[in-house]
Order: sequence, then C-alpha cells, then structure tokens
Amino acid sequence: MAIRFLLQQLGGSALTLLREMGRMLTFLGYALYIVVRRPGRPIHILKQLHFIGTKSLFVICLTAVFTGMVLGLQGYYTLAKFGSEGMLGSAVALSLIRELGPVLTALMVTGRAGSAITAEIGIMKITEQIDALKSMALEPFKYLVSPKIIAAVLAVPLLCALFDVVGIAGGYLVGVKLLGINPGTYFFEMEKSVVGRDVLSGFVKSLSFGLIISWVCCFKGYTAGHGAEGVSRGTTAAVVMSSVLILVWDYFLTSVLL
Amino acid sequence: MKKGNLELSVGIFMLVGILCLGYLSIKLGKMEFVGGDTYGLYAEFESVSGLKQGAFVEIAGVEVGRVESIAFLPAKGVARVNLRINGGVKLQDDVIAAVRTRGIIGDKFVKLKPGGSEKLLTSGGRIRETESSVDIEELLSKYIHGKVE
Repeated sequence: MAIRFLLQQLGGSALTLLREMGRMLTFLGYALYIVVRRPGRPIHILKQLHFIGTKSLFVICLTAVFTGMVLGLQGYYTLAKFGSEGMLGSAVALSLIRELGPVLTALMVTGRAGSAITAEIGIMKITEQIDALKSMALEPFKYLVSPKIIAAVLAVPLLCALFDVVGIAGGYLVGVKLLGINPGTYFFEMEKSVVGRDVLSGFVKSLSFGLIISWVCCFKGYTAGHGAEGVSRGTTAAVVMSSVLILVWDYFLTSVLL
Repeated sequence: MKKGNLELSVGIFMLVGILCLGYLSIKLGKMEFVGGDTYGLYAEFESVSGLKQGAFVEIAGVEVGRVESIAFLPAKGVARVNLRINGGVKLQDDVIAAVRTRGIIGDKFVKLKPGGSEKLLTSGGRIRETESSVDIEELLSKYIHGKVE
C-alpha cells in the first residue's frame, strides 16, 4: 500500500509538472502570435521600455562597475601567478562579454523589473481587471503581455552592452589605475582576443534572456492565485523560476554557441 | 511623466545602449560593416600551429591586416588561412607569408615579406610562397635525438 501511495505521489507531481510546462508553452506561443499580429500601441511599448530599460540604467551601471573591478582584482591575482598580468584586459573583457554581462544583466532585470511585471499583472488578475478587458472583447495580451515582451527583448541586450562597457571600464580602473598595468597593454590584449563571435554570442544570449524574463514573469502574473497571498507567491515564483531558467538556458546556449 | 519626457528618456537609454553595442561589435568584435576598405587573400601552410583567428598580419613589423579564418583542407592535407589585408597595402604575387612568433612564448602572427614581382595580388588571390610555423619542441627534440645535421 505504501508503495502504491508513493507511486501515486510521483505520478501526480509529474503530471502537474507536465501540465504547468504545457500551459507555459501555450502561453508563450499565444503571446508571440499576438506580438507578431497585434503588437499594441507604440506608447505602451515606450512606457515599458522606460520602465524596464531607462529605470534600470543606474542599477546596471552600479553592478557593472563593481563586477568589472572585482574581475580586475581577481584576474590580476590569478594571472600574476603565471606572470602574465598583461592578459588582464582580455580576461576581463572575455568573461564580461561572453558570460557575466548577459547573465548578471538578466538577473538584475529579473529582480528589478520582472517582479514588478508579475505583481502588476497579478493584481490586475485578482481584481478582475483582466476579466473586464475580456468582457469588453479586448485582447488582454495586446495591452498587458505583448508590449512587455517587445520592450524586454529590446531593452535587455542594450542594458547588457552597457554592462559590458561599464564593466570593462571598471576593470580598467582597478587594473591600470590601482595595480599599475600598462593602459595600452590592457586595451591591446582586449582588442586582440575578443572576436566578433564573442560579441554575437553575448548578444544572442541577452536577447533570449529578455524573452525568458518577460515570458515567465507575465505568465506567473497571469496565473496568480487568489488574494494578496496568491500575488506574493506568484511574484516569488516568477523571480526564482526566471533566474533558474536563465542560468540553465545559459549553459545550454553556451554549449551550442561555443 | 509627460509624453515628451518619456520619449526623451527612452531615447537617451536607446542611444546609450546602441553606442555601447556599437563599441563592442566594431571596436572589439572587428565587425566590418563597410567592407570596402579591405580585401581578402589566402595562403596554404603545412602547419599553422598556434595561429589564431584575429592574429595580426605584419610587414616590416607594421600591422597591415588580420587573420580572418583558418581551415583544414583534407584533400591537400594543409591549412588554409584567409587573410584580410588593408585596402591601401598592395602586395606582389611573389610575396612570402610566414607564421612567426613574437618573443619566445608570445603569440603567433603572419609575417609577409614583400617580393619583387611586377604583378600585384588582387582580392581573393593566393599567396604561393609560405613558411610554416617553427615548432620549438620539434627542433629541440631533433637536437636532443641528434637528427640535426
């Protein structure tokens, strides 16, 4: 009997997981269909760009400069063991452009904008504003989901590029000004080792991260449970799930793009 | 916020982002959007051990281009190296391409020695004379095992 119960539990949770995944994929498919067919008014997209992009500028710059600086310090410590401090520029630039820039940008945007997206849509859901839109024969996806997806896919790569540049400047600050590496060497090594493929792979990554953030956060808001507790649970789930998805997807994307 | 201000701030954000993206892709990524200023050549080497994409092409120590790509030609058993040379640099068809090392453990680069021919190489041309990279390990082992004459 105990075995039967355990098996039932296992099967039940597997089915729940499959159902949830199916719902998420259907949501994504429908959202992309709406993005292509009825992208919504430009002013809505502009407002979302302002919220996801412009308002994230400060926090992105702040995290970027410190990431670059700590990369400068750590990289110097490691490279000094091999007597090749001159390679610091390429170490900082490659790790930022290929990996840290896209991932950290996506995580910051998830925390700052993604949680807000979920809360906003979730509250509209529990106060029946979405049902009101539907009853007026208006497509809620066109007003709520599609502008957010477009804005996130546009804003995250740009924020990521900014993160890379500011991070390189942070590495410069520590490596050249503090630890005394030749500034010419720093940039020369960087320009020599970074190739177009590195920049392209970072760009592709951040594009897909933008889609993941807006997709997961909109979905979790759209399917929020009842009451304030439902929204709070949805927001937590959105942040956790989109962060985890970003890191997992990053691994697979890297192994394909490398 | 007024609509004008909203548009302005989003515009600034987009501009900053695009500038950063431009810096990354053009300055660091060496992407050629205006391809008129360079031309491509190729050369076949027996060995390009250590040479990497993006390595310098030099004449008399001056950078005149970059290594665009490296591929293995199974039919001939040689390495084909595509070079992208700056448009202002004209090369004779008997120029010699050699894979050389900067310093002892430094990077590999392609050194071009100008020839004396009247004919110039055109875009897509082939550099016939090549010298492969010098393998220090191989030289040492030859010396140790006494195969050097």
